[in-house]
Amino acid sequence: MNLLFETSREGHGCSILPPCDVPVTSLPETELRRKELRLPQLAEVDISRHYSALERRAHGVNNGFYPLGSCTMKYNPKINDEMAALPGFAGIHPLQPAHTVQGCLEVLATAEQYLCEITGMDAMTFQPAAGAHGELTGLLLIKAYHQSRGDTGRTKIIVPDAAHGTNPASAAMAGFTVVNVPSNDKGCVDLEKLRAAVGPDTAGLMLTNPNTVGIFDEAILEITKIVHDAGGLNYYDGANLNAVMGVVRPGDMGFDVIHLNLHKTFSTPHGGGGPGSGPVGCKQLLADFLPLYYAKKAGDGYAFVQPAQSVGSVKAFYGNFLVVVRALAYLFTLGGDGVREAAQNAVLNANYLREKLKDTYEVAFDGICMHEFVLTLEKLKKEQDVSALDVAKTLLDHGIHPPTMYFPLIVHEALMVEPTETESRETLDAAAEIFRSVYEQALRDPQSLHDAPTTAPVRRPDEVAAARNPRLRYQF
Amino acid sequence: MGSYVPTTKEERRQMLDFIGLASMDDLYAAVPASMKIDHVNLPDGKSELEVRGMMEEIAGKNRVFPTIFRGAGAYDHYIPSIVKSVVSKETFLTAYTPYQAEISQGILQSIFEFQTMICELTGMDAANASVYDGASAAAEAAAMCRERRRTKTLVSAAAHPMVIRTVQTYCEASGTEVVLVPVKDGKTDSEALVSLLDDSCACFYLQQPNYYGLIEDAAALGELVHQKGAKYMMGINPIAAALLKTPAECGADVAVGEGQPLGMPLSFGGPYLGFMACTQAMMRRLPGRIVGETADTDGERAFVLTLQAREQHIRREKASSNICSNQALCAMTASVYLAAMGARGLREAASQCCSKAHYAAAALKRAGFPLRYQGDFFHEFVTDSPVDAETVLKKLEAYGILGGLPIEGGILWCVTEKNTRAQIDRLAELLKEVSGK
Amino acid sequence: MMNNPSELLYTRSHEWVRFLTETTAQVGLTDYAQHSLGDLVFVNLPQEGDEVTQGESFADVESVKAVSDVYSPVTGTVKAINEVLLDAPETINKDPYGAWLVEVENITDREELLSADDYAVHCEKED
Repeated sequence: MNLLFETSREGHGCSILPPCDVPVTSLPETELRRKELRLPQLAEVDISRHYSALERRAHGVNNGFYPLGSCTMKYNPKINDEMAALPGFAGIHPLQPAHTVQGCLEVLATAEQYLCEITGMDAMTFQPAAGAHGELTGLLLIKAYHQSRGDTGRTKIIVPDAAHGTNPASAAMAGFTVVNVPSNDKGCVDLEKLRAAVGPDTAGLMLTNPNTVGIFDEAILEITKIVHDAGGLNYYDGANLNAVMGVVRPGDMGFDVIHLNLHKTFSTPHGGGGPGSGPVGCKQLLADFLPLYYAKKAGDGYAFVQPAQSVGSVKAFYGNFLVVVRALAYLFTLGGDGVREAAQNAVLNANYLREKLKDTYEVAFDGICMHEFVLTLEKLKKEQDVSALDVAKTLLDHGIHPPTMYFPLIVHEALMVEPTETESRETLDAAAEIFRSVYEQALRDPQSLHDAPTTAPVRRPDEVAAARNPRLRYQF
Repeated sequence: MGSYVPTTKEERRQMLDFIGLASMDDLYAAVPASMKIDHVNLPDGKSELEVRGMMEEIAGKNRVFPTIFRGAGAYDHYIPSIVKSVVSKETFLTAYTPYQAEISQGILQSIFEFQTMICELTGMDAANASVYDGASAAAEAAAMCRERRRTKTLVSAAAHPMVIRTVQTYCEASGTEVVLVPVKDGKTDSEALVSLLDDSCACFYLQQPNYYGLIEDAAALGELVHQKGAKYMMGINPIAAALLKTPAECGADVAVGEGQPLGMPLSFGGPYLGFMACTQAMMRRLPGRIVGETADTDGERAFVLTLQAREQHIRREKASSNICSNQALCAMTASVYLAAMGARGLREAASQCCSKAHYAAAALKRAGFPLRYQGDFFHEFVTDSPVDAETVLKKLEAYGILGGLPIEGGILWCVTEKNTRAQIDRLAELLKEVSGK
Repeated sequence: MMNNPSELLYTRSHEWVRFLTETTAQVGLTDYAQHSLGDLVFVNLPQEGDEVTQGESFADVESVKAVSDVYSPVTGTVKAINEVLLDAPETINKDPYGAWLVEVENITDREELLSADDYAVHCEKED
């Protein structure tokens, strides 16, 4: 289909602004741009149809099953979007005086209270705009904590090899050296290797539990104790909180600081890649280091306070506020019991689907899983030369968004499946049937999987050509 | 209690049976009993109708100002209806990052169009799919410019304070130094810049127009920076970009900015949009997601995420940035806004901002609030305040007007195309009453 | 089977070295390396005059799925870089032993290098 620039016609446009009602002031010629500004010229009807066509060439949770592991693609309730669009939230300038933004501060303070209750933390900042942004923030709290104690030799962050790639990247950005520790054969932390890795240079450990293979690490109390005993702090990557909220709290597992992904666990839409929200919660010992600013109850109302030894700011203002509004509406809807119910059913759905698939596909790790599980297609790859990628691309022809591919790195030919709690049993049954039929197709006609997809808007794109000669913009 | 779980209790029991478990608790056998909680200490869940009431009540505790003369990093522009309509489309809202290119062409193409528009606005060669906001974009730009022997970042003290603080936070995190280049008469002091530039400087960041609203001599400053072998970063206002010399024309290596003025509501500070663009030479250092054009196996045009090999999910601790989620829907918002305005509409909006700001500055001067600085400005300006700024703002507030931001003993005003002549005249009258002029 | 020219020397990290004189050598990536990296899309080379140190990364090569560091087998100064590769990184895939990355002069040190036969054994072990 055409690009906006290709549909553009000289002289077309929308009528938006009235004529200027004051005398026109022009800036000096020397300040002005010389290069022509080439934006599309389109009537509103053409813009509307363009984006409707683009929408048909995309796939969201509203279109069908989206079991993208680690991303928690649960249904995004509509009330939340409507509430975020209220003029009383969307029309508020971030630098209004405090007495005119009491509602906004109440949103932040209430969301903080709810989420601290769920996670077992004492304080929370909403400034980070996404999970990775939260990781950077949380690590800066850890760094500031050690420095405030004059404990300057703690330069290393321990990260299991099964961790999300953001963990080591964030640690490096925060100025730490990364120590990778291998996982054991269950995909969990190898305690002996961890003991060997900690020491007086340990600043902390980054961990997600349930871990990236969908298993709750039973030794979690021992793990966090090993790190604490060595003088380090424990960082909880909240990417997988959807499995355990309302059942067990990171704060009770021994974690000192966490980030959440409101766009995963708390149902706010992903928007094709953002905006997300990555609030960071911490125990009291880190609260003085939180970023500027922090909403706090003050008398009858709320005020912004500046934490005494703040690490600074990771962005302007207070975070992706309207995303927090959505998450708060969701929390109000679910309440305490609903949060627990969501987690339990996320785990139930994952185990149900795993049970349905386990005789066809090889599950990478045995036993009851949490909210997601990992399949390994190593055998199919070896025997039929059909890869995880081929299976994923074939699923596209069946209207299913494929599971996460090739993650975690410790499983070969991995497909990571996360159905979430908002799918019905019928949806899971139908999906299991499709997964099974694709497997049979791989045995019968492997070539057809290499050729997939055939019904999507495009076939497989040439990624090598894209990276060798990058064309990142339309050439007029 | 509200719930989005579709299965009935009976269905759940049958599903547990199928797995071979007796109860929901059995799903959590791996969790040590000592740690488990049996309930969450929060109010009960509510129906949709009740939640709507609760949220509306909270929203009602905020004051929505019908007239706004405040900017300082968040700008009140008119948002065409088509913008909200397009970005509310369910599929755009609920899609994840376009990893599966074949079924994500709609999202990918919209980003490709966004990248093209950002290149057009800035004059630069390449743009990414967005970062969190203008402040973090500046911080990421500084990281792009750092080299082994050149690590120091210079930042104009006339940049937005929150941008400065964000750059400082990121740079301190990575153990590199930030030095502020002082301000002289409301603009970056070029002599001070020269004296601070040395072989250890990686880059210099200039905001255009600056925090005080003034238009800096960006091309001249850029030349000074390049003479010392450092990289030049500019943070621009995207509406002003319709009129002002492009970063490329000023010699910038990296151009970033806050994209909120392009169709995003004020939203108490977010979600906003960080945009980043750079020269061809620096293209492979651009962090975050980038969409490229290629062909599919049938030779048809297709779009993909590209240049991802340096990203965190592959390069882990060696990655140049940790960013993954960005502000994709906000990038689409900006695209639709720019398509609806067109070049003509954007220039008109920019011209009206500038004209009305100058009209207001003259009116405010007559009302006893003279301009603090000489020099050309776009849509923001600082005035002195003959009486305490808080008194002034209280008075305006009583009339439904959000006045300028009190800074450094004066007031930073912003006027956009939304402000009418009548509103500006009313503002001047009220100020006259306060100043007694 | 990979064909590793016998006149070249090799590293365990899959670089090859062609000594032109006692103190000057070309360095490239082996056939094994290009094969396991897949289609290369970009090569990041040092500048002429840069110092390289034995065992330390001096360049990186990028495929669609990975960026890999290239380690210098020798210590010396970069005399020339193979500019052809900047526009045509696929040359490394097509002709790994023709596609030298850099020419290093004033070589003062080198790591323990393998013969073609020893390198072949080393590769077999890695598979």
